[in-house]
Order: sequence, then structure tokens, then C-alpha cells
Amino acid sequence: MELREALFNYLLRIGDSSLIAGQRLAEWVSNGPTLEEDIALTNISLDLIGQARAALSYAAEVEGKGKSEDDLAYFRSEREYYNTLLTELPNGNFADSIAKLFLNSAFFYHFYKALGKSKDQKLSAFALKSLKEVTYHLRHSGEWVIRLGDGTAESKKKMQHAFDEIWMFTGDLFEMNEVDENLIEMGIGVDLNDLRSDWNSTVDEVLNRATLKRPKDEFMQTGRLNAQHTEYLGHILSELQHLQRAYPGLKW
Amino acid sequence: MKVKNINDTLVWEWLNEIPDPEIPVISVVELGVVRGFRILNKDEINVSITPTYSGCPAMNVFEVDIVKKLKEKGFKKVNLETVLSPAWTTDWISDLALTKLEKYGIAPPVKGSEDKGLLFQSGPKSLSCPKCGSKETVLISQFGSTACKALYSCNHCKEPFEYFKCI
Repeated sequence: MELREALFNYLLRIGDSSLIAGQRLAEWVSNGPTLEEDIALTNISLDLIGQARAALSYAAEVEGKGKSEDDLAYFRSEREYYNTLLTELPNGNFADSIAKLFLNSAFFYHFYKALGKSKDQKLSAFALKSLKEVTYHLRHSGEWVIRLGDGTAESKKKMQHAFDEIWMFTGDLFEMNEVDENLIEMGIGVDLNDLRSDWNSTVDEVLNRATLKRPKDEFMQTGRLNAQHTEYLGHILSELQHLQRAYPGLKW
Repeated sequence: MKVKNINDTLVWEWLNEIPDPEIPVISVVELGVVRGFRILNKDEINVSITPTYSGCPAMNVFEVDIVKKLKEKGFKKVNLETVLSPAWTTDWISDLALTKLEKYGIAPPVKGSEDKGLLFQSGPKSLSCPKCGSKETVLISQFGSTACKALYSCNHCKEPFEYFKCI
């Protein structure tokens, strides 16, 4: 596999996960439980979409076909998207969204920390920039997990249920294939096996403080590497891409 | 307007006239968004800029304003380059700008206090209220009206205020 091809796919994974997570969070606009939380969730969404733009514009450059970040975001179908399954799951209730944001932010936090050491300077600059933002996301969602988990009987039940429901999508975060192997060998990519223990300890620390039970690692639903998704991705894309699909090339 | 002898000091002055669209009391230079420039010849200049936050919607306004200003000053071609490394930090905001922020009602970031703790270390411990100066302030939310600000409230004068958070 060519370096260009591997790096392009790697950047799509990062960009797509950020884009879809950001798009999902944006659904909270005007629906947040309090005004401050509404603003917080959409601020996080904005950070994620900003990160997606950086990753996808670099991806477009690496691909070298004269495309833009917008072309990549708006004109690929679901079987060409490489986001993690976790990011595309529906928002559910507030606890569901927080559980998802927390697990995802914990992953990105450790991922960007490691990617900051990449030999690809553009990738490492992007990672270190994003790390600063993701640190806030992780802290914000982690604090909510504790507040709700160690809160009332009702909030605890909902928080625990949220983790139980999405746990089977966490295995997908750590899947690797030859793209990873090639890039790890060149000092560009991150070995996700090395991230597991850091991710586990961050997650366990928060779950313990939240008096929640860590769900068991049983069946894990995967598919990201082959762009095989849950039924939900197509629906998000139909909304995200509607305008450009209906009026290709439309500009403000 | 045509200027015969364009030099770096002059270009910095021009750039320093461009206000932040959200916080008009400080300029794009004072904020640390303009990282540098290179005058190629009398008609062409390269400018490097860096985003405060990846998704900051003000970045597009910065770009348009910088190109407009430099074209007004006689450059025919203004090339913008976005640089991500080193990542922007609130430590780059000039001292003068910190004072201006406080006067404007936004508590300025406490220099060198980037909050590196992973969990539960929410900002500086004693933040002064920009309205009454009291240190009895409390964090309402890490996320404010823009990506770069947090929401605080003063227990003394009871006024809410914004804090330019450290990254």
C-alpha cells in the first residue's frame, strides 16, 4: 500500500469521526437541558467541526485530485465514510449523549496525545492543536458522568443505562488494519493497542467516581475500517449533505 | 493609498488596526492570530495566521479583513497561510490587550496558567470580577458565548461576566 493512500484513509477516519460527532452534537442546538449546557454542547460541536475541516482539507491535499474539504464532506456516500460507529449513534436522552461524548473524548484525548509525536509534521501540529480543545470536552463530559451517576436514583439509572447500551461500540474505536500498520511503521500513525490502557484508566477513574459499573467487554460491533455502518449514518448524511446533493456546487 | 517605502513596522501597524470581530477592543495582532508576514515585493505579501480554536467562526472574518486592509494599502496580491504549529495559546495575547480586555468587561486569561489537569481543575482558583474587582467569583460554565470564553458569576456584585479561558 502506498503512503499516500494510507495517509488519505487515515485522515478520513479522523476527519469523519470529528465531523459526524460534531453534526450529532449540533442537534442539541436549542434542545439543551439548560441554556449554559446548550451553549456548551454546541461549542464542543463547533470545535469538532473545526477539527474535521482541518483533517479533511489535509486529506484532500494528500489525495491530490484537486478536491476540497467540502467535496469530501458532501459528496461521499455512507460506504465511503470512515467515522467510528460510536459517533453516529443517535443522541438519545442527555445521559446517552454525555456517555457517548465522554467515551469518544477520552479516546480522542489519548489519540491526539500520541499523534502529537507523529513524524508527519502537519499531523502532529493538528493533533496538538486539537488536544487542547478535546481536553475541555473530556473534562466537561466527565464531570457530567459523575454528577449524574452519583446523583439521584433516576439520574444514576439513566447514566448506567446509557453506558450499557453503547458499550458494544467501543471495540470499534481500537480496530486496526494494514493502513495503521504501514503508518505505525513509518512513525506517522498511532498504535491503538498502546492507547487501550490509558483509555481504560481514564474511563475507569470517572466511572468509579460516578459509582457506576463498567459494562463487560462482550460482543463488540465493529465496521469502521470497512466503512460498514449502523443504519443511522445514512440518515445523518442525508441531512448533512442535502443542500449540496440537491444543488451541487451551491455557494452562499 | 500608495506608500513608497513599505517596511515591516508599517505593515505591523496596518495589521494592528484590524479589530477582532467579537472583541473589537483588541486587534488581530494583539490577539496573536497573525504569526508573521513576508513582503515579497511591492505588490505581493505572504501572511501567516493561526486559529485560536479550530472551529472559531471569526477566522473567516479575520482572513477577509486582513486581505481587505492590505489591498487598501496598495498590495495587489495577499497570500494567507494557516499555520497550526505551535498551537495558539492565550500566553500570546499582549499585555496591553489583557488590560483592554479587562476594561471591556472580560476577565483576561491568567498568563502561564494553562489548565493542564485532565479532570476537575476548572480554571484559575481566584479570578477577579472585571466589574467590581472582587475575588468571590464562581464558574458557571466552561463554555461561553464564543469558543474562547467561559462563563463566570460574581458573588459580590452579583453580575455575570466572561473569562477568556486559557489554552
